Amino acid sequence: MTTSPSEASTVIEVRADSDVVRVRQSVRDFAMAAKLSLVDQTKLVTAASELARNTLVYGGGGEARVRILERTGVAGVEVVFADEGPGIPDVDLALTDGWTSGGGLGLGLSGTRRLVDDFELDTAAGEGTRISIVKWRR
Amino acid sequence: MERIPILRIGNMLLVSIQVDLQDHTALMLQDDLSNRIVETGAKGVLIDISALEIVDSFIGRMISTTAAVSRVLDAETVVVGMQPAVAITLVELGLTLSGVRTALDVDRGIRLLSRGIDDRARGGDVIRDDYLAE
Repeated sequence: MTTSPSEASTVIEVRADSDVVRVRQSVRDFAMAAKLSLVDQTKLVTAASELARNTLVYGGGGEARVRILERTGVAGVEVVFADEGPGIPDVDLALTDGWTSGGGLGLGLSGTRRLVDDFELDTAAGEGTRISIVKWRR
Repeated sequence: MERIPILRIGNMLLVSIQVDLQDHTALMLQDDLSNRIVETGAKGVLIDISALEIVDSFIGRMISTTAAVSRVLDAETVVVGMQPAVAITLVELGLTLSGVRTALDVDRGIRLLSRGIDDRARGGDVIRDDYLAE
């Protein structure tokens, strides 16, 4: 499967380590197509890498959907991660700096949120997690 | 399976990461480096990350752990070549790579390591002299 940025959107299955790398590469392609600055590309790709790993490790696998958005003439890149895992029991706690459910460095979600412009999290116990991030062109 | 080559130059080990690192490749590199330090008795480890387009928390942790393990094995680690955009992102993400020495490029990294190895060699002598004097 190719991940050409000219496509309206790309969906990447997140089932293995190598898929995390594929998410990074696809998000980089879209970020370049949206003409984000190099620093903003790097922030978005890093955020996507963190969330793709969460999808894999905590969500038991899922998918990432990447697309270019247009808002009042400004382009941005959106990445949506969805899994059907156990969900996040306490969202406020999970978004606290330094919190970790173990194994991580405790800066997953809060650190990731700082790297992007928009960050939306929907989760329900036993029903999975959906996280959407957007980086807009400055 | 992808494996990152480790080169030995004198009493240093040199690693240049030229691929987009999968998590298991990063873990394997960590293990390989520890083993090579013990096998070779290397006193310095230089990790060139100039080709890395991102360093996320997993790769950052690999780097920190490698530095800590090598220190326990009597070797110093220097990370060189971090791209500016990567550095900005790392700090904003909240990763400080504490305990990891860095240099701008391979040249400076080698100088830093050489100095450190010389200093530690001298420091080791002093301790031994003190011990013998007692």
